[in-house]
Amino acid sequence: MLRVALRDSTAVGLACLPMGLAFGVLVAHSTLPWWWASVFATVVFAGSLEFLLLGLVTGGASLSQIALAALLVNARHVFYALTFPLHRVSGRLAKAYSTFALTDEAYALAQPHWRRGRILTLQALIHVYWVSSVTLGAVTGGLLPARVTGLGFAVTALFLGLGLDAIRSQRDALTPLIAAACALLAHWCFPRELLVVAMALFTGYVLVRFAVSRA
Amino acid sequence: MPDPAFVVAAILVSAAVTWALRALPFALLAPLRASALVRYLGAHMPAGVMTVLVVYTLTTLDGPPVALIVALAVTAGLHLWRRNIALSMLAGTTFYVVLVSWPS
Repeated sequence: MLRVALRDSTAVGLACLPMGLAFGVLVAHSTLPWWWASVFATVVFAGSLEFLLLGLVTGGASLSQIALAALLVNARHVFYALTFPLHRVSGRLAKAYSTFALTDEAYALAQPHWRRGRILTLQALIHVYWVSSVTLGAVTGGLLPARVTGLGFAVTALFLGLGLDAIRSQRDALTPLIAAACALLAHWCFPRELLVVAMALFTGYVLVRFAVSRA
Repeated sequence: MPDPAFVVAAILVSAAVTWALRALPFALLAPLRASALVRYLGAHMPAGVMTVLVVYTLTTLDGPPVALIVALAVTAGLHLWRRNIALSMLAGTTFYVVLVSWPS
């Protein structure tokens, strides 16, 4: 079982490594002690949210802002329930872990005909890869000279890449332009509440466009 | 550093919201499948949400504008070319770090 799962997940393990290292290094260079990186990786277990969360936590954001950020960044997971083979995972505890560990990678790899053990082992292995990569980055990140600044750009680069992927899959360049306009407007009018205001404006735009498209 | 109790609370809130988003839709599966609005949001929200997050994270960086523009261009160009998120992050961040850490 383990051998099959190792083969299923090798590529994902390799893909996790640079991202995990990057997150670990960021934590090591933040105001938090390095070992928080492992706690983030184990308990939150959602890569792109962890990058954003680090900045929010060290920047003194409120818990409601943090909840909103989690909702926005991970809203895409809602759609995974449509096809992920959870019905193959029997048992309350197993179902609880399988939904907790329903990352992009697990969703992308798990096949409808897989048995319970293969799905759970895959998810546990991805969890181990992620926590190990992050911890390695956090431990070794302290070795980088302290005058190295600007590592926070990694978070911007992450969202830029994910955004370009989303734009390409939808072939819709207008939506990101409107979203950028909402964010800039929010930045000028309410700089301290940029995320909330920009998301409210943008969601309003999408809802209006939906209503118009059905009219 | 931030108060450890606050960091724990932030981690628990993030984990709870994320888990809810991953687990609850299985219970609500049937209505979700049928909802045209949910499918529309699923198609059109991600690109915009990521754009808002790019702008938000840019406002937290304090490097010179030219460094930001060069690093954004490198990241976007490389990502459109190679479609490898880790590579795009590594190259963009390296450019940015070198540009802002350069002894002036």
